Amino acid sequence: MSAVPDTRALSRRAFLGVSLSAAGGLLLALRSGAAGQETAAAGEALGAFIRIEPDGRIVIGARGCEIGQGVKTSLPMLIAEELDVPWPAVTVEQLPYGLVAARDPPGFTSLYGPQGAGGSTNIPDGWHDLRLAGARARWLLIQTAARVWETPPDRLTTREAHVVHPDGRTLGYAELAPRAAKLDLPAADLPLKARSEYRIIGQPTRVVDARDIVTGVAAYGIDAAIPSALTALIARCPYFDGEVASVDEAQARRVPGVRQVVRIPGPRPGAPLDRNLAAGVAVLADDFWSARKGREALRITWTRPSGAADSSAALERRATAALAASAKIARRDGNPDEARNAAARVVEAVYVMPLLAHATMEPPNALIDLKPKSALLIASLQSPGGASQMIHAMTGVARTDIEIRLPRVGGGFGRRLQNDFVAEAVLVAQAAGTPVKVMWTREDDLQNDFYRPFGLHQLRASLDAQGRLTSWAHRVAATPRKYRAAGMEDAADWVGCVDPDGFPAGCVASYLAEFVPVDFSIPRGWWRAPLPTFCAFAVESFLDEVALAAGTDPLTLRLDLLGAPRELPYRDHGGPTLHTGRLGGVLDSAAGAIGYGRKLPAGRGIGLASHFTHGGYVAHALEVAVSQAGALEVVRCVCAADVGEIVNPLGLEAQMMGATLDGLSTALELEITVRDGRIEQSNFPDYRLLRMGAAPDVEVHLLPSGFPPSGAGEMGIPSVAPALANAIFAATGQRIRRLPVGDQLKSPARAS
Amino acid sequence: MAIDFTLNQRPVRYDGDPAMPLLWYLRDHARLTGTKFGCGIGYCGACTVHLDGAATRSCVVPMSAVGGRRVTTIEGLASDGRLHPVQQAWIEEDVAQCGYCQAGQIMAAVDLITRTPAPSDADIATLTNLCRCGTYPRIRRAIRRAAAQLNRTRR
Repeated sequence: MSAVPDTRALSRRAFLGVSLSAAGGLLLALRSGAAGQETAAAGEALGAFIRIEPDGRIVIGARGCEIGQGVKTSLPMLIAEELDVPWPAVTVEQLPYGLVAARDPPGFTSLYGPQGAGGSTNIPDGWHDLRLAGARARWLLIQTAARVWETPPDRLTTREAHVVHPDGRTLGYAELAPRAAKLDLPAADLPLKARSEYRIIGQPTRVVDARDIVTGVAAYGIDAAIPSALTALIARCPYFDGEVASVDEAQARRVPGVRQVVRIPGPRPGAPLDRNLAAGVAVLADDFWSARKGREALRITWTRPSGAADSSAALERRATAALAASAKIARRDGNPDEARNAAARVVEAVYVMPLLAHATMEPPNALIDLKPKSALLIASLQSPGGASQMIHAMTGVARTDIEIRLPRVGGGFGRRLQNDFVAEAVLVAQAAGTPVKVMWTREDDLQNDFYRPFGLHQLRASLDAQGRLTSWAHRVAATPRKYRAAGMEDAADWVGCVDPDGFPAGCVASYLAEFVPVDFSIPRGWWRAPLPTFCAFAVESFLDEVALAAGTDPLTLRLDLLGAPRELPYRDHGGPTLHTGRLGGVLDSAAGAIGYGRKLPAGRGIGLASHFTHGGYVAHALEVAVSQAGALEVVRCVCAADVGEIVNPLGLEAQMMGATLDGLSTALELEITVRDGRIEQSNFPDYRLLRMGAAPDVEVHLLPSGFPPSGAGEMGIPSVAPALANAIFAATGQRIRRLPVGDQLKSPARAS
Repeated sequence: MAIDFTLNQRPVRYDGDPAMPLLWYLRDHARLTGTKFGCGIGYCGACTVHLDGAATRSCVVPMSAVGGRRVTTIEGLASDGRLHPVQQAWIEEDVAQCGYCQAGQIMAAVDLITRTPAPSDADIATLTNLCRCGTYPRIRRAIRRAAAQLNRTRR
């Protein structure tokens, strides 16, 4: 991996705009407008980082957290496009988290723009400002050449890292860079290329770190090392909000290699979970193995708070009872009760969504070096800004003196939007007075997560005598996402659990979306496409149930409801509108590709589903075969995606393939359960991710709609589970209303 | 008692805890961090290395079992800067997403191709390494590509 530049050394010069790089080339960190508060600035076009060295190397900084979504490749592509350089000439360097102090108003602003990874926002956030960064650098180079040639700049063009004179003369960017670095940046926005001029955007482009990955030298957070750091493992209280009652650490201290044993406090009961998740005892040692042996040698008793009697079974009983309780209305159109009373037919079903863990392949970890007036963090992160704020709050170190490096991340899926593992590293480092690398085992990971909420979805629809849908009511009884979630105190209860404006909202005259909160003490968090994955299974399965009751084909029902292409208001993430034509477009594409409607042998079926997720539109069509014994095979799997302008089709295809298989993996087998207040699953054998043998090929169809790009990391997952369930129904007549599918096809229910 | 073995074609000696898994020797002592930790129980395959040429999950192999044997890690797979055809195929098929499990996947695939020069999908399905990103379809393509490449070379 390439070296990570030092933010603090760079920030002052870079903040000023343009300057000479250490090697005498052009160094460009672009800014627009005045520096404001960090929060205010986050949505503005800010800047990127380009270095052109005299030896011709063009170095483009990658600002995002590379969690597998491909931003270390796709974001620099945006800069390179407008800079007008050949992609093979570009070296991509990972940027650290960049923060600079702002004076007026006082606060902080980010040096490189948004750097987190959540909500599939990297591409839409960078679409304008990163292309503009490239265009501004190109403008400086043109201005410089214009002075050299004493020619008006508007007569000059660029091609492959050269400025071109009308008479055919050229000057290389590398020659121009030292002088370009002395110019002032243009004040105004610059025109950007038309799509017909793209040479890099839209080209299949491989992962920039591919060679480092296949040779084992790509560095992840878990690979971070500084010579003085000890390795720590933490024995955590298995009961949420429990504490250490007693600890005997004598044996642990005798383990060779163990250096220290320290206690760390847990969250205050009832308080927001903005630090670590559990009280515990940390063993610090020379290496992982010694720390692990030391941890095993601890003798700890834990307190059992009231939640320690809870279980998944009790949770489901509470949720079932809650469905009959009074609900909070998230959206109401028309009069659903009246429509139901007047209906020729009412359809009703309840769907069950399990708790889920994130199970990133790289378990959480964090290396921290705390000094009185500075701090260094190296960790696999999705929210470096959150980590910076947390370290400041816990240590008092000024935010601009906290250096955060961003190695590759071994999977995110929302787990690392929380920085609890960073808080642990701070607590251990403070208690032990030494740099420390906190490591998690897989057991630690599965049992100490911010879990995807559990919930029941009750769907009710009414049909008139002609089989037309007259009302749709969706009541969710779930463990609220906002429970003890820092920053969500003022959010509505249903945020993250109810999708008031999701399809078919706005397409049915009478519509109701409601929420009933269910008590539960286990922490919950954002899990890949959090709201869409939580709702799509119920909504898209129920659409098929309604179609069956109405005697209509499920695809026809959906397309009829979507109606003429138009934009409907959508207030949640990914809005402000949902385009019915784009949703219909991906459905049509998936259905066409799989040969929807063709005759199938017994035991086979095709299922469809689509979903609007974070501004993108994806549909799945799955063909399954179910044997007499209940063995399920996915025979074909089609995914159609419209995420607007396609930056990197190779990367986009990978995201859709991967999300599709993630959706399949999750729908088939994954569930977290609680018994006696403890998470029952402890390692992969009881949280069974999909393996090669069960993973179908995924036929990905990318629809070039030409709309501005949404992201792509999350759109491919929500419609998988309902397409699977709809295919199973088509094959067997058995309706799956509970995830995961697990052994349900093998149960006696199938025979009945 | 000292344990002598070969690591990426170099002789090495270890005289620490013989119960320590090979994975942690590689990562914490030899500082070869390409071999990854995923589960610690030999299930996920992120830690796959070659022991005398055979794919082995290093998180459950104690150092006491390594004496006199040849250990090859992802860092030792290329020779003289030339990538192994499986590594090359991985790049060409653009397999990696987060990339964390890929060293283990590659080591398992090299072993498969060595044993089964023209692996069928059923042969490839015997690989049990986990990938949370869902790169399996491209892994299959990369294995087929590498196998074809190797078979051309052998002819």
